[in-house]
Amino acid sequence: MAENILEVRNLKKYFKTPRGMLHAVDDVSFTIEKGHTLGIVGESGCGKTTTGRCILRLVEPTSGEIFFEGKDIMKLNRSEMKHLRKDMQIIFQDPFSSLDPRYTINQTLSETLRINKIRSGKKAIEDRVLELMETVGLAERLINTYPHELDGGRRQRIGIARALAMEPKFIVCDEPVSALDVSIQAQILNLLEDLQEKLGLSYIFITHDLAVVNHFADEIAVMYLGQIVEKAPTAELFENPLHPYTQALLSAIPIPEVLDERPQTILSGEISSPIEPKDECRFSKRCRFSGDRCKECGPKLVEVKPGHFVACGRLGEL
Amino acid sequence: MEEKKKNEMPQDEIALELKNLRVKFVLEQETVHAVNGIDITLKKGHTLGLAGETGAGKTTTALSLLRLVPHPGKVECDKLEVAGKDVLSMSAKELQKFRGSDLAMIFQDPMTSLNPVFTVGQQIADTIMLHNPTTKEDAFKQAEKMLELVGIPAARAVEYPHQFSGGMKQRVVIAIALACNPGVLIADEPTTALDVTIQAQVLAMMKKLRDERGMSMIMITHDLGIIADVCDEVAIMYAGRIVEYGTLRDVFNHTKHPYTEGLFNSLPNIRNRDERLKPIPGLMPDPSKLPKGCAFAPRCQYATEACRNKKPQERMVSDTHMVACTAYDDPAFRINRPEKGGNNG
Amino acid sequence: MSRKKEVRGSEELLVSKKYVRQSQIRIILHNLRKNKGAMIGLAIIVLLVLVSCFADVLFDYDTEIAGLDISQKLIRPCKEHIFGTDDLGRDIFKRVLYGARYSLGVGFAATMIGMVIGVIFGAIAGYYCGLAEDIIMRLNDVLSAVPSILMGIVIVSALGASTFNLMLAIGITSVPQFVRITRAAVLSVRNQEYVEALKATGMSEARIIAFHVIPNCMSPIIVQITLRIASAIIATSSLSFLGLGVPVPAPEWGSMLNLGRSYVRTASYLTIFPGIAILITVLAFNLLGDGLRDALDPKLRK
Repeated sequence: MAENILEVRNLKKYFKTPRGMLHAVDDVSFTIEKGHTLGIVGESGCGKTTTGRCILRLVEPTSGEIFFEGKDIMKLNRSEMKHLRKDMQIIFQDPFSSLDPRYTINQTLSETLRINKIRSGKKAIEDRVLELMETVGLAERLINTYPHELDGGRRQRIGIARALAMEPKFIVCDEPVSALDVSIQAQILNLLEDLQEKLGLSYIFITHDLAVVNHFADEIAVMYLGQIVEKAPTAELFENPLHPYTQALLSAIPIPEVLDERPQTILSGEISSPIEPKDECRFSKRCRFSGDRCKECGPKLVEVKPGHFVACGRLGEL
Repeated sequence: MEEKKKNEMPQDEIALELKNLRVKFVLEQETVHAVNGIDITLKKGHTLGLAGETGAGKTTTALSLLRLVPHPGKVECDKLEVAGKDVLSMSAKELQKFRGSDLAMIFQDPMTSLNPVFTVGQQIADTIMLHNPTTKEDAFKQAEKMLELVGIPAARAVEYPHQFSGGMKQRVVIAIALACNPGVLIADEPTTALDVTIQAQVLAMMKKLRDERGMSMIMITHDLGIIADVCDEVAIMYAGRIVEYGTLRDVFNHTKHPYTEGLFNSLPNIRNRDERLKPIPGLMPDPSKLPKGCAFAPRCQYATEACRNKKPQERMVSDTHMVACTAYDDPAFRINRPEKGGNNG
Repeated sequence: MSRKKEVRGSEELLVSKKYVRQSQIRIILHNLRKNKGAMIGLAIIVLLVLVSCFADVLFDYDTEIAGLDISQKLIRPCKEHIFGTDDLGRDIFKRVLYGARYSLGVGFAATMIGMVIGVIFGAIAGYYCGLAEDIIMRLNDVLSAVPSILMGIVIVSALGASTFNLMLAIGITSVPQFVRITRAAVLSVRNQEYVEALKATGMSEARIIAFHVIPNCMSPIIVQITLRIASAIIATSSLSFLGLGVPVPAPEWGSMLNLGRSYVRTASYLTIFPGIAILITVLAFNLLGDGLRDALDPKLRK
């Protein structure tokens, strides 16, 4: 069996709000094998971004355990964490706000290299900056340009280069392409794929776009209101989605082909509030199969096939 | 989707006609050519999809139809008729009446297109009263009806926009746009800010309302999936021009333009996940420095010397299918994307 | 690493030197140049600064500025004394020019004191929410509830009238403005993703605040500085007018106004010219401030 690079157990993150506790991430567990990609899919407010931030401890989890290469990072102190940050990096969604507008590409990258003592000496740092730029496909002449002079795709490349500067083993990609145009989106996806192959990286790929995650991930976890409702290898999930929410998500993808009929399960209603949720299936209000049992207690993730987990109270009946 | 009768096209069948629209923004240092000669003919009850990437000129085109291009934009146009009315000669007053009652628009961001200090019912009622002489009470009753039409309980008419979720707000925006029963609705990326499941809800509702009211629609989007779902006809825009125009089948199954092909290749294929994406290399040209020849030539894998030097001519490859590509001067030219089944064109 | 290097002579040139980056100051100056009012303001300020710097070279303080000559008293403006002379026979034109150094000096120094204190506390309040923010902002509210002239009078009376105490008094009264503006700017920058990205690269919070947050908040602060200098100049003159500012016989504009007060009816030029000097200087700073606000606004940049 392949080695796990990351293991998350019972991760919880609650935020205090004036109206009560907001359960942003509620008891989430998963593992990622070295060199693999886990896709986390869900709609806005389902806690996918918070999950990504918690793993890097950019947001302190309320409870839970996170093992990175066997070490429990929740137990690390500040300086040990700083050391570990080199191995774990993040790429952000918005290439406009994720770069300091007053820093050129060169300044952004060389600062990262210098502060973390990854390279020292002017020459070595500059060589590395140029090497990073080449890796992510930025032309040498752009070295002294500011972010506002560049388009979204190039800015996202700088974001990737900054993450790579730390020489990480694992990267959280938080919607890295959703702010980009389709033709640029494909360029960035291919780049991320090549980097994974070349550098043996492991990814968490957070997105709302199922078509992208289908292309990119080895395994997919579908989140709904802070919980994982279904988790399976990508091909299995697309061929045999078991949770009603996953089914609705899949049928909602607009397929760019001329089809005579589009089988669509259109959900009624909207995501309910994640503040102080009751102990019931959180999807039951929108679910067309919802029954009495769904209202009684929240379903647990059950392994229905090797590697395929579903949390649905009426699984056996449907 | 039913087959259209395309050959006869009497005058009263046309909802909107636009000829040779050009929009430029003259700035201090440069002139940005946002739209460079666009023709659109929209039949009654049909939906046209305007597809393209950021900066292709989609939104500017839509704003020109309403004559709402912001300063310092300069609009030139040979003909613009909506529901048989000549929009170009309208006075400011006539324009106000025209906007909303003949032609309405839905903007991309539902969060900012509603006024936070009025209830949603009031906002719909205001639009109704603007165009119809009714009492306040009547208008509010009509507003409640509109809300039910877009799937929001009438009781919520007294609530404020911040009490609604994103999907609900977009429904309210749609209700406002439809309040005066416009003949043509322009929807500018109406679902981009929404989640997929909510997007599916909103699109299904829009399709239903369109069919019920026999409305014509212009759907602006970057998502070819939405186009395939909603539209009858498609115009692919690049750098301010329409590069390919035709029925949905023409453009999707008998793709002719290399840019359209590139767009399709950039999309991850949901049925074949191992296929590597084939992105279009390079970037959209700077609209203030458009290349001399075809604007797409620098990114085009088929580009020849002729493409770089000569502006492409519009060419009809069938009754309904137009493509603007110089490469088709050579009758043997074919793009790599295979034609799909169905017999059209 | 097989990187191509530009070789010039025997020296290796760093590639990053080859591609010149656009200086941000140059962009701002370019934008500012389009604004006529701001350029006039800037020109006046430059002139005043030059006069202040070389005042001692131009005039001899003991004889020309402070020295009395009763025989020359209260001469109306004429060729020899274009602004006339005061009741002690001193040339008003020279005194007004010399006085620029007090107004500018005190105005500038006081604003700097206020800015440094205000930005530090404002940044802390904006970056770390919670208790620190509450304490700083409530204290700030208390400070701004006291009328600034009253505050100045209290501080100067307590510490004694001297130029330094005057700077301190005016500086402290301008702290609340800076705290508020900095906090607002920091709040919006703090939530930008790049701050989080820097945290993810293991950078310390102090470094993030000093090198990435504050520099991005500079535009409103710079605008505020120019506008605050203008009001500090007014405050300086007001306190001097009350006899609490720069001690006599220094030709501070406010104290010149005070001296001319008793002659307003007979020799109005004693008050008119220092008054005009204050007006022009304050106007110049306000014009520059408005111009800078536009020039620094990223929305107006292409």
